[in-house]
Amino acid sequence: MGRHPFEEHLPRLRRYALALMRDRMRADDLVQDTLERALRKFSLFRRSTDLRAWLFTIMHNVHVNQIRAATAAARTQPDDAGGEPAHTPLDDAATARDISNALQHLVPEHREVILLVGLEQLSYEETARVLDVPIGTVMSRLTRARERLRALMSGETSPTLRRVK
Amino acid sequence: MSHQPPSISDDTLHAYVDGRLDAAHSAEIETRLATDATLSARVQAWREQNQALHALFDPVLDEPVPARLTQTLAPPARARWLPMAAAIGWLAVGGILGWAVHGKLEPVTPIEAVALAQRAAVAHVVYASEVQHPVEVKADQEQHLVHWLSKRLGTELRVPDLNRFGYQLVGGRLLPGDKGPAAQFMYQEAHGTRLTLYVAVQTDDTQETAFRYEAGEGVNVLYWVDHRRGFALAGDADRATLLRLGHAAYETLSF
Repeated sequence: MGRHPFEEHLPRLRRYALALMRDRMRADDLVQDTLERALRKFSLFRRSTDLRAWLFTIMHNVHVNQIRAATAAARTQPDDAGGEPAHTPLDDAATARDISNALQHLVPEHREVILLVGLEQLSYEETARVLDVPIGTVMSRLTRARERLRALMSGETSPTLRRVK
Repeated sequence: MSHQPPSISDDTLHAYVDGRLDAAHSAEIETRLATDATLSARVQAWREQNQALHALFDPVLDEPVPARLTQTLAPPARARWLPMAAAIGWLAVGGILGWAVHGKLEPVTPIEAVALAQRAAVAHVVYASEVQHPVEVKADQEQHLVHWLSKRLGTELRVPDLNRFGYQLVGGRLLPGDKGPAAQFMYQEAHGTRLTLYVAVQTDDTQETAFRYEAGEGVNVLYWVDHRRGFALAGDADRATLLRLGHAAYETLSF
């Protein structure tokens, strides 16, 4: 039995998922959901397409759906702590100077762009396809994301920052 | 230098930081950075962000992949539906339409819309050949059919009248879609040729698409997304016929 063609992409999918989720268990859950969905859709995959970018596209869609579902759940049950907020509050011990924490203060759209470009080193065109947005949107999000991260990591705080015990 | 150099766009700065400029262009930027402390600080911060991301997350690349993930890829019974896909020629070849053919600036065809076309094609092949039970609810209960399927899909449905093309409504049925319920309406013309209209609510994005067409062996599909509802007409009619039918259906379905 040969290895499944998705297998060589697993380390990078895990890296991206971890950067998105921060929590290892939830990151691997995201990878698993992505793989399951990709397997269902593999018959639609076209050989001329880059498999890695295609898998990232699926992970993006799964992730966005999860955020949407979590937001909807939080809205219907305001008193229920089970709903995941789109932003994870800062850890007590950590500061926003830590890039991992700073990332959590970006809106998901900006976080994804900076991770796909800066960490996963996808081209701007590939990033646009993965996120299904025009390339101009990728570029403007990238500027805002990088500038926001820069402000956060240099210790500038913004009134929208929440610190929760 | 005798003149004020033009300002560098953010796009160019990103390309520089991400190593996407050629050597000559990069050198040009570096010359500018040497004389512009503000610009230089900005670029330096961006570059450090990339480095910090790699330092933080790259170790994952060398970790062993958890078994549950590799097991997900082990081939179990999931290969079983492949013969059906193979029967419908274009599914095997696949077609994330637009992914490869569209220009850079244009969003690609939503993958979900392609999945819709695929499901519509399979549903057509399965039920259009059915002699005894082609539909769950027959056309003589059209009102009930529409009400029921609208309720199950959670969106108001209408059934296009295709009589002027010789296609009469046979009835409809509820089907499992990609993420929830889907509806299939079946039509038949005098010679017994059947046409199905597949409808499912789209969740991935609210992108609307123009008509898209995929030809297969024994089934061709015309599909589109409108107001978060995906529609697919499937049948062995040719492209021109499906387009005519599609336009007529669109008039009824777009509201």
